[in-house]
Amino acid sequence: MEHYYQPEIECASREEIRAIQNERLTAQVKRVWENVPYYRKKMEAKGVTPEDIRSVDDLHKLPFLSKADLREVYPYGLLGKPLSECVRIQSTSGTTGKRVVAFYTRHDIDLWEDCCARAICAAGGTNEDVCQVSYGYGLFTGGPGLNGGSHKVGCLTIPTSSGNTDRQIMFILDLQATILCCTPSYAAYLGERMKEMGLGPDDIPLKAGIFGAEAWSEEMRHDIEKTLGIKAYDIYGLTELSGPGVSFECSAQEGMHVNEDHFIPEIIDPETEEVLPEGAEGELVFTAIDKEAFPMLRYRTRDICSLTYEKCSCGRTHVRMRKPKGRTDDMLIIRGVNVFPSQIETVLINHGYAANYQIVVDRVNNTDTLDVQVEMTPEMFTDNMGEITARQKDLMAGLQSMLGIRAKVSLVAPKTIARSEGKAIRVIDKRKI
Amino acid sequence: MSVKQVSVFLENRPGQLKRMTGVLAEKGVDMRALSLAETSEFGIARILVDDAYGAIQVLKDADFVASLTSVIVVQIPDEAGGLDHLLQYFADTNLNIEYMYAFLGGKEEKHAYMVFRVKDHRSAEAALAGKGLPLLTQEQIAEM
Repeated sequence: MEHYYQPEIECASREEIRAIQNERLTAQVKRVWENVPYYRKKMEAKGVTPEDIRSVDDLHKLPFLSKADLREVYPYGLLGKPLSECVRIQSTSGTTGKRVVAFYTRHDIDLWEDCCARAICAAGGTNEDVCQVSYGYGLFTGGPGLNGGSHKVGCLTIPTSSGNTDRQIMFILDLQATILCCTPSYAAYLGERMKEMGLGPDDIPLKAGIFGAEAWSEEMRHDIEKTLGIKAYDIYGLTELSGPGVSFECSAQEGMHVNEDHFIPEIIDPETEEVLPEGAEGELVFTAIDKEAFPMLRYRTRDICSLTYEKCSCGRTHVRMRKPKGRTDDMLIIRGVNVFPSQIETVLINHGYAANYQIVVDRVNNTDTLDVQVEMTPEMFTDNMGEITARQKDLMAGLQSMLGIRAKVSLVAPKTIARSEGKAIRVIDKRKI
Repeated sequence: MSVKQVSVFLENRPGQLKRMTGVLAEKGVDMRALSLAETSEFGIARILVDDAYGAIQVLKDADFVASLTSVIVVQIPDEAGGLDHLLQYFADTNLNIEYMYAFLGGKEEKHAYMVFRVKDHRSAEAALAGKGLPLLTQEQIAEM
């Protein structure tokens, strides 16, 4: 039985969703026009006024916002409400440059936590569950978001935050945690540690995991599911829009449902900025239609994915987005070819290696070099030198066919690639361009 | 009558072999023989020790990837032509050697010890049966 947090909206008809969006979008544009001079100027430059935006069909007329805009007007320039009505800030991890500081009113936090609660219910969560939140708490949105969602669902919430892996495992076992929320790379690490401790999937009480905040592959999902004996659900979000829960996966695991009563997604061509039709791959753009303090209109996420409005077997009617291949910022251009770390991860796992890897890009004699460093594992080790080098060659061939360029594979000693408790650092780019 | 050799994965960069010997020294593991095979990036250290199972455990605890491999250890007279004489028996039975290394020693100075990794231990043992070239047991290695 599929479980919903707010079935009346999660399973509403497309017409009902559209009506809500039209109403909220037009009101939002008016508020922004009145309260955010920076965006108003952008609208004026494009010759658009709030009267031009009568429904979602007019969305494409609005100017875009990007991370560069956020930097330019940092910290208060996009505030949609006076600070006296704001109750919280959250901030990005700054993995791709300067931190973003986002503001929230009580209403904003409430809708954000609703989104997270929907995600927890979609993963099968109820008030009978024990939900361990191993995302970082504090400025990072992961911990506070899922914590709030978990409260709303009524789960017993264990706010372990990130780090102290042995204590995490102790709580999972002693308090019989059934749902785990963290980054996929930390879930993989927890699984690795539990395996070392001799714990098999049957010894681990967890049944579901809600993992997000970084790009991860389908293969990594299967790996984590096998090690922990759980079903692993993806969750997506950005601090700029609230945090995790902008979209989330249901039991069908065929894309993430966007909470369309709060966020309208579009896919654009990142070069021409033209809106692309359903199913086309391009850059994901979001408009927050009822957020008050930080009302992002047409915010460019730099994430590459596609959308589908096809009916989902879970009963939800909200549009689904495909798992992003990676941020455009994560994308590497090596010898003129686009390479996403998630593609490399897919090949590694398919070849039996662990998802602990690091990609080192350098430029030698004006040619880019790509070195994929993988840890040797007990499963992959043999006393036969020929066999190890044959597997290494096999892996290089696999990478070449996936990426279209040659990659070197270096086998490194176990535990030499740093484990992350939050977002994993996958790429070291030594090129000085 | 095979003997357990410890095979250890090492990165081919300065200090890695020392890291391994450091762990073994700290835990009092006594080595009988050591051989290194390497590519430009990584290598395999193959060692015979007094306590193979103990050595594997201390290496794993120190985050090394290591495994046990069966090898045969043949005692030959330490004299010119000693190895040639032994290899003749292998050649006669068309036995292929994956790798080998050697060590001198023990208290019996006139002996040398040849360590062989072969696919088929039984054929190797059969080839040497009754030839006056004894195979060492795990216990004999431990007591050396």
